Amino acid sequence: MTIQTTPKQSWWSRIAHPGQFVAWTRPLLWPLTILTVLLFVLGLWFALYNSPQDYQMGDTVRIMYVHVPTAWLSQFVYAVMAVSALGSLVWRHPMADVSMKAAAPLGAAFTALALFTGSLWGRPTWGTFWEWDGRMTSTLVLLFIYLGIIALWRAFDDQLRAARVIAVFTLVGAVNIPIIKFSVDWWSTLHQPASVFRADGPRMPFSILTPLFVMFFAFTVLFLVLHLKAMHTEVSRRRVMALERQAAQGAKS
Amino acid sequence: MIDLGPHAIFIIAAYAGVTLAVAALIVWTRLDARRVAKKLADLEARGIRRRSAGPA
Repeated sequence: MTIQTTPKQSWWSRIAHPGQFVAWTRPLLWPLTILTVLLFVLGLWFALYNSPQDYQMGDTVRIMYVHVPTAWLSQFVYAVMAVSALGSLVWRHPMADVSMKAAAPLGAAFTALALFTGSLWGRPTWGTFWEWDGRMTSTLVLLFIYLGIIALWRAFDDQLRAARVIAVFTLVGAVNIPIIKFSVDWWSTLHQPASVFRADGPRMPFSILTPLFVMFFAFTVLFLVLHLKAMHTEVSRRRVMALERQAAQGAKS
Repeated sequence: MIDLGPHAIFIIAAYAGVTLAVAALIVWTRLDARRVAKKLADLEARGIRRRSAGPA
């Protein structure tokens, strides 16, 4: 009879090992990529060919199918970063640092796209590309927060120290997310209030909700694929940095 | 192509901008991965490995 001497590790501890995380998640990349492509093909077919005009906005309602998913991702990616920041500060989870760093450029890109598509939708419907109201200004602030976080990651050579500072900054910046969400209720604004996730149900017909939901899932799975891939790259980058340090120390001694 | 009405230019610009930006994100993510993988392979080819991995 043999006695097990090594303590059994939980999945949470095992996934904290970067090599283990990459080995577990790499097989997910191709299936998720194929799912993303299928969802985009279906979503674009609905959005451009198989959905009606809005009775007030006409065809410009089709901009909603790219605006709402990118606006959702601008906030969802920040939520992923905030949860990762907690993982970094509370559990010192190495993959939480990697997740935070890999998500920031993606969040910045989706926020810029939300602002871009929103202004293109605003011109024909409100008569202006931009208005300094609560929703648009707080989303612009979110873009600046993302850019600040990206700059901070690049400012530190020591990525462990960078992760602590950026995790605190990310959690402080998270206060902007409820401001974006409730800005349309708190202040007078051109932007419409929530019209999909409401206590009394969505205020849209099924024919417009269908392309919206398909595009919503397409963009969300796209983010998951890009985030996973960027996390794998970040794990490799940290290994490169460790090996370069090791080589430099070997050359000195 | 369907008739997008009098505001077609705004709809086309929105979809074109999103397509370009998403394509750029995908290309950047892949190029970054390839660049880092090449660096790692170069280091390992020079015999530099993690101490925990044992001698090359």
